[in-house]
Amino acid sequence: MILQSFKMALKSIFSNKMRSFLTMLGIIIGVLSLVVLVSLVNGATGSITDSINSLGKDMLMVSISDDYNKPIKLDDLKEIRELDHVEDIAPIAQSSMTANSSTAEESVTIVATTSSLSDIQGINISSGRFLMSPDVDNHSNVAVISSDLATELFGRSFAVGETFSISGKTFNIIGIYEDNSTSSSLSNTNYKAYIPYTSYLRMVDGGSLNISSFYVSAKEEETEMAQTELENYLLNRFYSDEDAFSINSSSAIAEAMSSVTKTLSLLLGGIAGISLLVGGIGIMNIMLVSVTERTKEIGIRKAIGAGRGVILFQFLIESLMVSLLGCLIGIFLSWLMILIINIVKNVSYGINPVIVILSVLFSMGIGIIFGIYPANKAAKMKPIDALRFQ
Amino acid sequence: MIEFQNISKYYQIGEEEVHALDHVNLHVSKGEFVSIIGPSGSGKSTLMNIIGCLDLADEGIYILDDIPINEYSERELSKIRNQKIGFIFQSFNLISDLTAEENVELPLIYQGIPAKERKNKVREVLEKVDIYSRKNHLPNQLSGGQQQRVAIARAMVTNPSLYLADEPTGNLDSKTGAQIMKLFQELHAKGNTILLITHDESIAKQSKRMIRIQDGKLEEVKK
Repeated sequence: MILQSFKMALKSIFSNKMRSFLTMLGIIIGVLSLVVLVSLVNGATGSITDSINSLGKDMLMVSISDDYNKPIKLDDLKEIRELDHVEDIAPIAQSSMTANSSTAEESVTIVATTSSLSDIQGINISSGRFLMSPDVDNHSNVAVISSDLATELFGRSFAVGETFSISGKTFNIIGIYEDNSTSSSLSNTNYKAYIPYTSYLRMVDGGSLNISSFYVSAKEEETEMAQTELENYLLNRFYSDEDAFSINSSSAIAEAMSSVTKTLSLLLGGIAGISLLVGGIGIMNIMLVSVTERTKEIGIRKAIGAGRGVILFQFLIESLMVSLLGCLIGIFLSWLMILIINIVKNVSYGINPVIVILSVLFSMGIGIIFGIYPANKAAKMKPIDALRFQ
Repeated sequence: MIEFQNISKYYQIGEEEVHALDHVNLHVSKGEFVSIIGPSGSGKSTLMNIIGCLDLADEGIYILDDIPINEYSERELSKIRNQKIGFIFQSFNLISDLTAEENVELPLIYQGIPAKERKNKVREVLEKVDIYSRKNHLPNQLSGGQQQRVAIARAMVTNPSLYLADEPTGNLDSKTGAQIMKLFQELHAKGNTILLITHDESIAKQSKRMIRIQDGKLEEVKK
């Protein structure tokens, strides 16, 4: 009986191909937008999370906006390092400059810092070494560059011992690091070169030793305590002015990002869900037409012994099949679309399996909910009235 | 077989109440071939609907095969229609997107009979009405006479206690009509109970017993 109902439903769907397709279109578009949008948001979230993690896990980023004429110097950083929950500290100054080798010219982000940054950010040195304290103390013109930048400047990634110039000053390359966040969309066009903080100050106009930005790593699992400690220290220094500085933790940024993307997928999913709902109304509409068209058939079936349940089931299966078929087509098209996006944008987003299962369940629900009214209408027809219908 | 005790059926048409059946008594025994004759509007269809369990009487008692029908639910009525009654209609009433074979198979599907047994039974009745060679044709690919033979096969396939035919030759030319009537005679000869409703006296005369219906009342016609 069930098998027969499926056969009949299929027959009815395929005997009206155009109409069935148009009915399915609502569901197809709904599923397509649901699966594609949510998968894209998930993929983007993944790469954002990656690049946030590449900043360092237990890291606090401090920037000073108003120093009340009590600027933080390199020596003050040593004082901060002595705080109970602070592991290490490094000043940071960044600016975009042009680097020249004998053969190439490239725009790079100069990151001026001290030896401590290597541990704070977990920089992965592949050859040579990172900056060391003597480099900073001696204002040495040395640099650590990414292997990508080395390839751009010298045609090979192994470039320790080579030189290049920034603003007319020659820098020796002492180390090459692997940029493990190159795959992320946020930073892949940015080449970086780390140089000693002190050397940087000599390059920029009127370089003072004032530090307006530094990174702090907390002792393990003590990020929040370190943040409180830092806050107290800076409040104390800047006359309790909370606006004089800001402290961001990488985990807080990651949390904020993930809550933003969660909201985004809910929002997009909700919009796609509404289009699925509209698709369901389309199904109900066509099922009602179909019931009216087949009134005579319903009468015949009832006369030869089909009970209410059989008729109800037949129409319900039909609406369920329309929505499920639409859903499957939608999932297939989503898969195709994400494949194309991956190729065109050179990313590797995957289809989120949870959303696929969700959309199948949702479509089934819609097929049943919007099928019940028409099916019930068919089932409740009196056989004599239905038979008389022309 | 069929027992009507004081059956009445009323319809409200506008302000007026029409007695489609007016305290009707009727007895049909097993194996009888009865025709009911009357002009249109005489209550023929109402009688047929009540006998066929498509509709319930407003008053009186109807007993079919020792079962009183009045107190049944819709669900049980459809079961009775399925197992006890074989309908044959004037306009054949085959389902247009099912083949001849599938149309005949349908009542057996509703009975929940397994596929293999269904195939055998369907083949048997289609051969009996001599239409098996056309089993894969859709109704609109068959002539009127052929369609009616498929419809008769559909009625036969459940082996019902009662064949209920409503103007079975009404849409057919006289030659094909005669062929269909011959089929009914054969069914009757095998001991089946047949109730034939018609407005055509020459058709009615081919049965053993004739009942005239006029203004909702029945009257036995003496031959």
